[in-house]
Amino acid sequence: MANFIVTRILQSAAVMFFVALICFCLFRYVGDPIVNMVGQETTIEDMEALRQSLGLDKPVLVQFAHFIAGALQGEFGISYRLQRPVSELIAERLPATLELVFVSAIIALTLGISGGLLTGIKRNAWYSRLVLALSLVGVSLPTFVVGILLIYLFAVTLNWLPSFGRGQVVDIGWWSTGLLTVSGWKAIILPAVTLALYQTTLILRIVRAEMLEVRRTDFIKFAWARGLAPRSVYFNHALRNTLIPVITVTGLQIGSLIAFSIITETVFQWPGMGSLFIHAVQFADVPVMAAYLVLVALFFVLINLIVDLLYFAVDPRLRMSAGH
Amino acid sequence: MTVLSIERLRIEFPLRRQVLVAVDDISLEINAGEILGIVGESGAGKSLTGASLIGLLEPPGQVSSGQIRLNGRDITNLTQRELRKIRGKQIGAIFQDPLTSLNPLLTIGRQLTETLNAHLKLQQSEAKERAIDMLREVGIPAPEQRMSSYPHELSGGMRQRVVIALALCCNPELIVADEPTTALDVSVQAQIILLLKKLCLKQGTAVMLVTHDLGVIAEAADRVAVMYSGRLVEIGPVGDIVENPIHPYTKGLMGSIPVIGAHKHRLAGIEGAMPRLDDRPHGCAFHPRCSHATELCRSQQPKLTAIESSERKSACHYNDEGKFR
Repeated sequence: MANFIVTRILQSAAVMFFVALICFCLFRYVGDPIVNMVGQETTIEDMEALRQSLGLDKPVLVQFAHFIAGALQGEFGISYRLQRPVSELIAERLPATLELVFVSAIIALTLGISGGLLTGIKRNAWYSRLVLALSLVGVSLPTFVVGILLIYLFAVTLNWLPSFGRGQVVDIGWWSTGLLTVSGWKAIILPAVTLALYQTTLILRIVRAEMLEVRRTDFIKFAWARGLAPRSVYFNHALRNTLIPVITVTGLQIGSLIAFSIITETVFQWPGMGSLFIHAVQFADVPVMAAYLVLVALFFVLINLIVDLLYFAVDPRLRMSAGH
Repeated sequence: MTVLSIERLRIEFPLRRQVLVAVDDISLEINAGEILGIVGESGAGKSLTGASLIGLLEPPGQVSSGQIRLNGRDITNLTQRELRKIRGKQIGAIFQDPLTSLNPLLTIGRQLTETLNAHLKLQQSEAKERAIDMLREVGIPAPEQRMSSYPHELSGGMRQRVVIALALCCNPELIVADEPTTALDVSVQAQIILLLKKLCLKQGTAVMLVTHDLGVIAEAADRVAVMYSGRLVEIGPVGDIVENPIHPYTKGLMGSIPVIGAHKHRLAGIEGAMPRLDDRPHGCAFHPRCSHATELCRSQQPKLTAIESSERKSACHYNDEGKFR
């Protein structure tokens, strides 16, 4: 098993290396970074000086080594637009996005799994049919429509919740959290629900499909025949056996939550990485874009690594086969 | 002492257009310590009869009439909650495929102790001890270590032993064993049957052994019930039925057993196939395949009647002329 983990970590490192290569090419070859950085009145001498001080006159391989070394320390250069280190910008924006993703993931998992269980166990009840019909809406409506509808309903019409921003935040070290204030919680509800909706319905449908599948297996029949209580049959026996596909999909989906929070963040003016990235695209702020790309890739790789490890925790058969 | 008595059991599948009768008019009894074999082709209704005892018919299947009594108590129309107290506790079940009967994600020990805890008030340590005893009882070597094994770490035969341990761990009065050896190697089959026989005799458990394997029946059962198209066609002591079948269908079945050393050109079979549930012929369901069928067989359903001077019953109009051929 240790063998497997080491292999996976090496594979992850390789993936990150290639992502870094792409980001580097983006940074180096999409326009001249120096021209992008300086104003129009800058003299050619000044530009050359800047070029040298940034090491951009060195061979490409050396530059790439620099880029990797910087990336490893979280340094991605200076934002063209804001003239501040990218790492600072990211550090400011990261907590907002991660909190949003965290809250939506919790919502999606809780509602998705419980809804999937409900509709899988009582599959012919009227409420199961209702939930399924609603989940179809969740799958088919685009995020931005849902977001705007929610804003219209809860912010404009009912005036219960704010339509934009993070509310009041509290700084804990470099991490600014909105989860410790009432206004922060109020502000996160709408974007988190919007972001979670699609994932919820996806998880719900997978859990339901898997439950229906598992219910027909012999070991569930045998569990009933042993006289176990429904709670035990459904949770200890059935749900546990649905977890592998659920973990797989959930893992990928949490990755996309981070990546696709861009739309939700734009709709709700959420001061996270997504909106940072959108602005960066508008101004061709390549260092920010490159850093964002690396970071999202890093999250995907980490989540996949965790998913792989979770497989072992759930399924003893894998522990054995990977041991050999 | 009669443990299980089934009277005129009828199992129906109400569908949109029609009601299919899968099991009809089954009456039988099983005594303590006795093994009753139920044989028949696939679809004869033998597994359904077993499943109906523990209320595990697949919907829309349901017991539409008749009575099932366990130690005199009517258990036909119990609620799921009441049935749960019977399943595992009073009636143990063993299913066909040991490879799929056990939950792959839980240890053997966990599955045993959860079954024990569902029915008996035991301390955790007592439950564990009893689980280990049970594993030892079914002949699993080093039971203490096996407690923390997962099903995939055991062979098929060992897994079926675990399934037997699970079925027997609460000392049930009746075991319903549905094809318990079908999925196993022939060499393991005999061991499992012997084990089941030994343990049930020891605990005085009655067994309903559902199988299509006549070899298993001959080896294990005390009495045999032969089912055809949802009905009993013959029931009686195993020796009589195997050596001297009366009903033409039973004769056909026995004739289809290969015998080592017998010099026959071709194994005898029964022409045709069992009718579908929605396409049962009038009269005796077996008549289209029976070489002795008469007008009476085509028009009237024969009743299961006792054979004089034996403990047998057979459902053929020509029971008395059973020696035809």
